[in-house]
Amino acid sequence: MSTERKYALASIFGPGRSEMISYTPHARHLGLRVVETGPAFAVMALPYREELIGDPVRKVVFGGAITTLIDHASGLAVACALEELTAVATIDLRVDYLRAARPGVELFARSECYRVTRNVAFVRVFAYETSTEDSFASALGAFMIGANRSDSSFERFVGGKRGGAA
Amino acid sequence: MSEIVDAIPYARFLGVVVERPAGALECLLPFREEIIGNPNLPAIHGGVLGAFLELTALLHLLDEGGTDRVPKPITFSVDYLRSAGPANTRARAEIFKLGRRIANVRVVAWQDDPSKPVAAGNGKFLL
Repeated sequence: MSTERKYALASIFGPGRSEMISYTPHARHLGLRVVETGPAFAVMALPYREELIGDPVRKVVFGGAITTLIDHASGLAVACALEELTAVATIDLRVDYLRAARPGVELFARSECYRVTRNVAFVRVFAYETSTEDSFASALGAFMIGANRSDSSFERFVGGKRGGAA
Repeated sequence: MSEIVDAIPYARFLGVVVERPAGALECLLPFREEIIGNPNLPAIHGGVLGAFLELTALLHLLDEGGTDRVPKPITFSVDYLRSAGPANTRARAEIFKLGRRIANVRVVAWQDDPSKPVAAGNGKFLL
């Protein structure tokens, strides 16, 4: 018997693909992209756009757009930590703005799902321009697993196959 | 106040409208296809709700403080209480403590029934 964990999304781990956000209208609208996924983690990017500015003087992207980047990367990290795909919903998200994000460049968020229990998954996130060592925001989140009766939007990528099912 | 909304590109991006029923500042997030996060339900993206709460807190601070300088968020925390369906969302903020350097703001968002909030937020801003 192997004690190695199974991941429902193991077949799509690796560099992100554009289909991975195409079913989420707001992710498309914002221009989010999946950079990479792997066991219990996800990296996503938010391209810089003038429309997303929150402070017209400093030209910094609005904190809320960064919240969306972080929230989306976190939901994906949770999906990447599950043995069996199910709908995931945010319960709580706290974002600390460590400094202003640099204007004019693409912003990244790396989310790690460090604990999954029967009902809840916990994530921590760093948002950065070039390296997690020099992040401009950090976040902690809690997500409900099996949040509602809808299917996980990621089922389409693994052909509706439930990876962890015995 | 509408000039401030016009001056914040992200507020226009979300389509947020400032209203003033009974004098108190209230923000409206009109429902649009583009703000959906879960098309299966459908439900508004959690990030959009968080952003809407943060924007409402900020606009409330600008309104009360009478300053044109945009306060900087230090930390913002969101509790997701219900799934927000395909309907208009409204939010109202309240300043809990207005210090010399930091303001502590609470904000609540709802859809049809103000007694059934969809999300609540708490933010600290550097003035």
